[in-house]
Amino acid sequence: MAPKTLLDKIWEAHEVVSQGEGKPSLLYIDLHLVHEVTSPQAFDGLRAAGRRVRRPDLTFATMDHNIPTDVPSVIRDPIARKQVEVLAKNCAEFGIHLAGIESPDQGIVHVIGPELGLTQPGKTIVCGDSHTSTHGAFGALAFGIGTSEVEHVLATQCLWQQKPKVLKLELTGRRPAGVTAKDIILGVIAKHGVGFGTGHIIEVCGEVVATMSMEERMTVCNMAIEAGARAGLVAPDETTFAYLRGRPFAPQGEAFERAVAVWRTLRADEGAVYDKTITFDVSDLEPQVTWGTNPGMCTGIKGVVPDPAQAASEVERRAMERALEYMGLAPGTRMEEIPIQHVFIGSCTNARIEDLRQAAAVAKGRKVHPGVRALVVPGSKRVKQQAEAEGLDRVFKEAGFEWREPGCSMCLGMNPDIVPPGERCASTSNRNFEGRQGRGARTHLVSPAMAAAAAIAGHFVDVREWLGQAEAAATGGR
Amino acid sequence: MQPFVKLTGVAAPLDRVNVDTDQIIPKQFLKRVERTGFGQFLFYDWRFLADGRENPDFVLNDPRYRGASILVAGHNFGCGSSREHAAWSLLDYGFRVVIAPSFADIFYNNCFKNGILLVTLPEDAVRALMDAAARSVAVTVDLERQVVETAEGLSWNFEVDPFRRKCLLEGLDDIGLTLQHEDAIAAYEAQRKDDPLAVFAAR
Repeated sequence: MAPKTLLDKIWEAHEVVSQGEGKPSLLYIDLHLVHEVTSPQAFDGLRAAGRRVRRPDLTFATMDHNIPTDVPSVIRDPIARKQVEVLAKNCAEFGIHLAGIESPDQGIVHVIGPELGLTQPGKTIVCGDSHTSTHGAFGALAFGIGTSEVEHVLATQCLWQQKPKVLKLELTGRRPAGVTAKDIILGVIAKHGVGFGTGHIIEVCGEVVATMSMEERMTVCNMAIEAGARAGLVAPDETTFAYLRGRPFAPQGEAFERAVAVWRTLRADEGAVYDKTITFDVSDLEPQVTWGTNPGMCTGIKGVVPDPAQAASEVERRAMERALEYMGLAPGTRMEEIPIQHVFIGSCTNARIEDLRQAAAVAKGRKVHPGVRALVVPGSKRVKQQAEAEGLDRVFKEAGFEWREPGCSMCLGMNPDIVPPGERCASTSNRNFEGRQGRGARTHLVSPAMAAAAAIAGHFVDVREWLGQAEAAATGGR
Repeated sequence: MQPFVKLTGVAAPLDRVNVDTDQIIPKQFLKRVERTGFGQFLFYDWRFLADGRENPDFVLNDPRYRGASILVAGHNFGCGSSREHAAWSLLDYGFRVVIAPSFADIFYNNCFKNGILLVTLPEDAVRALMDAAARSVAVTVDLERQVVETAEGLSWNFEVDPFRRKCLLEGLDDIGLTLQHEDAIAAYEAQRKDDPLAVFAAR
């Protein structure tokens, strides 16, 4: 029998109807996560056709995109409020479990899935949200879908899918102190571009991944979509099992041990063949900062804003010129000299407990620069509670950061948290697209430690120069 | 879904690469709970100035491209968010076809679910189509024959997945198609009950 990839194993276990090579298969979906923005039209479609939700027990909903982070229950925007109310009504009508605004389980959908133990190795997981790729960190096949597909899954618990190709991304070398998972995935996308994963899922492996925490793996898989790949994937290991043990929706007791025995088989066979392989050595990587309007427009903190005249092609040159005009940056500007007015520490990329610990380690005993507004938005109620138990909220507040309630917040500014036109934000989120954080807003993507340091300095700084050895170890150096 | 068979119309050249769904429809318009009426928000931050007036420099505001039904764009069109509102806004504005060297995967699915045909052509063909569009040469897209033709006689064949082609030609509701496999789905669920891998949500 030919050696199988991890994707092969998960795929074959979920094929309800196979039509043979090159044709789409009907794939069974084990977990369907739902949020308020991409679901209302899907529920309307069900009602119009007189259909029911086939497996409400495999469906789990929360509210995250529209939620205000000052007082979550007070949504002033009537259209946003209606969207949230419609989700609650739909969940009640169709019998779907909802972690609503008042629930202790509420949070960003890609933060709560893992922390509740809903996300498990070998599952197929979908959500009407492109950052569903995050859940691949557990060895689940997890990808974002559109609203029509949300309706399809609600009605059938299945999806027609063409089997994607698999790109093997091997992370090698020794990770320098102060260089985080965020820097690694930004570095990979900077080198290979925002489209290198299109048509593929990215299986991330290598010695660097083996030593990563689950939070770090989630950060890497979260941004697989920024490389064009619908899914990231990491084979589960002891780190995965230890994370899941005891989580509310994970199997308990003896059932957990049985599950682990199966999960251990979820790895590529020796000699498995990949469609493409990329090796990325992290040994010389610096903390990364984006300078442009997509995540691939990125360089090291010691670098400068590049010159479009040096672009590889005419198309590339025009894209760079356009990006620099939007960002208000001149070629040759040192990244460390760029001043910022806003800092956002949050999002499904970097709002988990480890991310907040790393940012707090930098903030501790320091003060936010007078010209900077800095927000810390925990990824979920549980993350917030944990951070407060550790005293991180006090560290942030004493340093002058605003300590907020959970939600997607300033990652995309569907709630009131936006960046004004022409102003700059150091953001731990995943997209620096034009207008993403507000019309005319200028976003620079960085790690949580880099964002915290920028908040204090008022401009980007090399956080490695601020870190004592103990702190460096805490921020991911091995 | 409205079927798509063949269309002749005005093509608009959007000469930009990596056009993301945040540009196609900015986030402030995602709060509506309807599927319709999104055309007015298409490319909002590019089409309109900060004061709400039309931006005369944006291609869709050029008199030559009013009423365009075919959009021609650079590679990796539709990258970013999974928001199907991007497809809804293109359709509601009047676009039935987008032609580009490459498309993002989720956006690709979303368009075919809404009766929008995405045509992948090589860079040089896309460049030639943009040039033809700028000279107001009509473009025909024929899904049955899988060909794009200009009124000046240039033509390119294109590939499209046979299943998607069939659904689009016939305007099929694919949930209805899938429900024809009800027995297979039920059998799968029954069989998975004893499978230790199938840790169906334990609650």
